[in-house]
Amino acid sequence: MNIPHKSFPIDDAHREPLRHLLTALADDHLILGHRHSEWTGLGPILEEDIAFSSIAQDQMGHALGFYSLLHEHLDAPDPDIHAFTRQETDFSCCQLVEWPIGDYDFSLTRHLFFDLAAGLRMETLSLSNFKPLAQLATKIRGEVKYHMFHAKTMVSQLGKSSDETARARMQTAINRQFGLALGMFEPRVGEQLLDEANIAPIESKWRDRWLEALNAVLDGTGLHIPDPERIEPVYGGRRGYHTEYLQPLLNEMTEVFRLDPQAEW
Amino acid sequence: MVNLAQEPQGVAPKAPPVDAIWEALRQVMDPEIPVLSVVDLGIITGVEVSPDQSVIVRMTPTFAGCPAIRLMEKQVGEAVEQLGYTQVQVETDFSVTWNSNRISDHGREIIRHFGLAPPPKHNGEPDLDRLKHTECPYCASANTTLKTPFGPTLCRSMHYCFDCLQAFEQFKPV
Repeated sequence: MNIPHKSFPIDDAHREPLRHLLTALADDHLILGHRHSEWTGLGPILEEDIAFSSIAQDQMGHALGFYSLLHEHLDAPDPDIHAFTRQETDFSCCQLVEWPIGDYDFSLTRHLFFDLAAGLRMETLSLSNFKPLAQLATKIRGEVKYHMFHAKTMVSQLGKSSDETARARMQTAINRQFGLALGMFEPRVGEQLLDEANIAPIESKWRDRWLEALNAVLDGTGLHIPDPERIEPVYGGRRGYHTEYLQPLLNEMTEVFRLDPQAEW
Repeated sequence: MVNLAQEPQGVAPKAPPVDAIWEALRQVMDPEIPVLSVVDLGIITGVEVSPDQSVIVRMTPTFAGCPAIRLMEKQVGEAVEQLGYTQVQVETDFSVTWNSNRISDHGREIIRHFGLAPPPKHNGEPDLDRLKHTECPYCASANTTLKTPFGPTLCRSMHYCFDCLQAFEQFKPV
């Protein structure tokens, strides 16, 4: 994207916290977008194949938007270089997005967890005092509505299914990755400063709204979340600690790029 | 395309340069709906001509991940250059968020004629439940169902009409 460089004033104290926020958002969307794209050609039905592929494409666009903000306002390298040349430990995605796609129930549940959080984040960020982020969040918000529309429809259908196996598989998928999902809300470096400046709230505020919204989505489906007080959140991703699944993903994702990093696409 | 730069000077009163540029942009089509211009699609948010004859065209993408953005930016730049301008800059503009209400009435007719259901107008927030009864672009029946909110391109959803028994697509309301 050819975004004109209009330097928006950023307080020195906010630069590092903002860098953490934007990198986390960008990396989450990039890595989950890559994972979703692995459903292309493999979906259980054609419509789901297309849905996951479309969501993946949206998320690549969102990642590009966040990397562009980092590039334009916070001296980060060009988005492609930034996305495709960093070491694993420089990625700050949460571990939830790294896990292999697994079975459809796992991927669908992750898609629900992630897009529910993304929708809430974008809603808040569309009012951010960092205006370039507010504009991008407004754009992304409209797209995430369709993701949630899809996730809700499918989760509800499977949760209410007359097939006991379908219901059991969905509940197991929820239970299995709930700690990973809570890890989306790992506290960020300097998050308090951004909260006070009305740039972005602290993660725990988003987590509380997410839990409330998730209960509302699952209400009436027969599915439920485990008691969040008894589940240990899986933290570490925001600080560069990742699962054994991220490095192989990065190898594959950057394979073509590394052949000629200067190539014009 | 009319090349105004080569027209004889002073024969007819010339339209202001900005109007001529908008007119030229009406010839640039969305690659995914090649009968719908970027102007009718509502993605051009501004055209400016400076006293030194440099031109800035601002565009806002339909979807952030739309793969056609780069191509459209290139074609928009070329269309303006064909008018004789040498300093042309095409910028992505997020200060205006595209939504489907920005599609012109003419654009909606073109979309329908192309075989897609045009997006219903909304008051800021589209009601996605309305997707379940999208009017069929072939027979105008509302006796339809949503097959999936995702289609062959990011901007389309897929539907089925129970009356004319045809699958159809909609340009999604956003």
